[in-house]
Amino acid sequence: MTDSTLRRSAVAMTGPGLWTRLNNDRNWLGFWFMLPAAAILVLFLTYPLGLGIWLSLTDASIGNPGKFVGILNFYEKECYGPDDCEIYGLFGDHVFWQSVWQTIFYTTVASVAKFAIGLYLALLLNNHLPFKAILRAVILLPFIVPTVLSAIAFWWIYDAQFSIISWSLTKLGLIDQYIDFLGDPWNARWSLIFANVWRGVPFVAITLLAGLQTVPPSLYEAATLDGAGRWQMFRHVTFPLLTPIIAVVMTFSVLFTFTDFQLIWAITRGGPANATHLMATLSYQRAILGGNMGEGAAISTAMIPFLLAAIMVSWFGLQRRKWQQGESDD
Amino acid sequence: MADVEICDVRKSFGATEVLHGVDISIPDESFTVLVGPSGCGKSTLLRMIAGLEKVTSGEIVIRGQVVNEVPPKQRDIAMVFQNYALYPHMKVFDNMAFSLKLAKVDAKQIEEAVHRAAGILNLEDYLERFPRQLSGGQRQRVAMGRAIVRDPQVFLFDEPLSNLDAKLRVQMRTEIRELHQRLRTTTIYVTHDQIEAMTMADQIVVMHDGIVEQIGAPLDLYDNPANVFVAGFIGSPAMNFLPGSVERGGRAQVTMSNGTTLPLAEEAAAGEGQPVVYGVRPEHLDLVSESDGFAAEVVVVEPMGSETQVLARLDGREIIAAFRERHEFHPGQRIHLRPNLAKVHLFHQDSGQRL
Repeated sequence: MTDSTLRRSAVAMTGPGLWTRLNNDRNWLGFWFMLPAAAILVLFLTYPLGLGIWLSLTDASIGNPGKFVGILNFYEKECYGPDDCEIYGLFGDHVFWQSVWQTIFYTTVASVAKFAIGLYLALLLNNHLPFKAILRAVILLPFIVPTVLSAIAFWWIYDAQFSIISWSLTKLGLIDQYIDFLGDPWNARWSLIFANVWRGVPFVAITLLAGLQTVPPSLYEAATLDGAGRWQMFRHVTFPLLTPIIAVVMTFSVLFTFTDFQLIWAITRGGPANATHLMATLSYQRAILGGNMGEGAAISTAMIPFLLAAIMVSWFGLQRRKWQQGESDD
Repeated sequence: MADVEICDVRKSFGATEVLHGVDISIPDESFTVLVGPSGCGKSTLLRMIAGLEKVTSGEIVIRGQVVNEVPPKQRDIAMVFQNYALYPHMKVFDNMAFSLKLAKVDAKQIEEAVHRAAGILNLEDYLERFPRQLSGGQRQRVAMGRAIVRDPQVFLFDEPLSNLDAKLRVQMRTEIRELHQRLRTTTIYVTHDQIEAMTMADQIVVMHDGIVEQIGAPLDLYDNPANVFVAGFIGSPAMNFLPGSVERGGRAQVTMSNGTTLPLAEEAAAGEGQPVVYGVRPEHLDLVSESDGFAAEVVVVEPMGSETQVLARLDGREIIAAFRERHEFHPGQRIHLRPNLAKVHLFHQDSGQRL
């Protein structure tokens, strides 16, 4: 190699420019790749959530952007004299508290029922049954039908005059009078819970079925040889192996049920006399129909602690177990 | 401990029969290996003994009792699965204790039984670990520990070593054999690996396409294979098979279609002109001078250290020879080979049965 070629190659070997270095930097590249996802999250999640919380701190109404009022939408104490104080805001609103208890009741009962029925169906479908494929399709049906459509169907099923349930029971001679499904508070609550369970079971059943199918058959064979009966096999093998899936599925189920709106609104609109209002429907009614954006937003914001609590329970109570994590020694 | 009798057992899945009448007698305290290529029905038979598969017809008898309708947990057997089937959410201790806990055995006795088994298998340090935290060989040992703890009448092993690497497999082979010598529990072991069968078994059952081809002690099968299948399956590298017909004019020999003649002992049980398969194991071929034996062309040389294997071509047929002595071979070289007359096997060309 001559002297000049050596020198020329040395010139070509100058360090890469800033742009080239950035282009080859994993972190920098990762940042760019994450940007679209971050933008979508900010636009469709953070902004509406932030706006909701902001609105809950204002006296905004439809057509009026409102001004900041602090926590007055939630809590306001006004005293007209000594020992004569009134609490206003959500804290003093018995309809709001009623909706909170109804939401908790609705979520708890419906979720427990969905879990029990879903698990039962999943275990059933995990066996070798005739027409298994058709059965699975049938079980998925409620999930496929648009919510509002099934809600309207239930509205008819529960109708005071045209209810097919009442009609059948009368024809069978079991009752004399048509049942007032939606006119009586407790009947209305149970009717809605039934509709919600009907709609939510497929999601739980199919997801748990997917989980069941990941359990290796040899574990059941080993358990059989170890002397386990059907119940012991479920208790000691199936259920523990299913807990991670149960955690995920029930978290989602609780969140969806807690924030349910469509079914209630289509069937009862919160009636009779607010007896079936959930926090979501009450918020909609106050904000959009009543025009009090601030107050409605405050009800929505009040849901956040409950939802966070539900997530925390599943996160800490049912998070990935040590046996799933592998290699670590502790 | 118990003996196991399998009497004319058949198994069908729908219209397909996979076991066509199997008779095996497994003596008490013996180590019996069911060996055969995949799909031969060996695992199905093992699962039938365990009670995991129904018997279509025939009888399985354990210690004099027909167990066809006895549920698995009452058969007093333990099984080690190919993928170990350890419960992933239970620690090693609980995996091993599970069957005793289900049987409502007193906690102190469980503790003792598990520790005794763990001691035998060197698992004492791992009792508090989850299966995920163990290596393949350790998991294998836990699976065996789970079987030992129950002190069953019969151990069943379903290809237990096939998920391990080659070195560990050799080590575990010895461990299982040693364990059997120690516990003397009747053991039925399924494998597709003839080396495992040869090294571990008191009795080998060679299966093929749902029937038993031959039953016998390892060296019996090696020295006196009943048919071409067993001869080709047992032994590695496999026996060479050369088809030809017997000629008895003067010196007895077998002539191949290409004219190559293979020497035959005079007392060989084959008549003049009979078409036969001439079988000779690689280690029973001797290297001889040019005037002797038959010629073959070296294709590949595989030095193993302890022996050298040579793949040679004999007019379109491939033949493997193995030599304990070291020779310098090179591809394309012509060598002369002569079978050891006393070690030649003759098989019927159509039925494949030994003559």
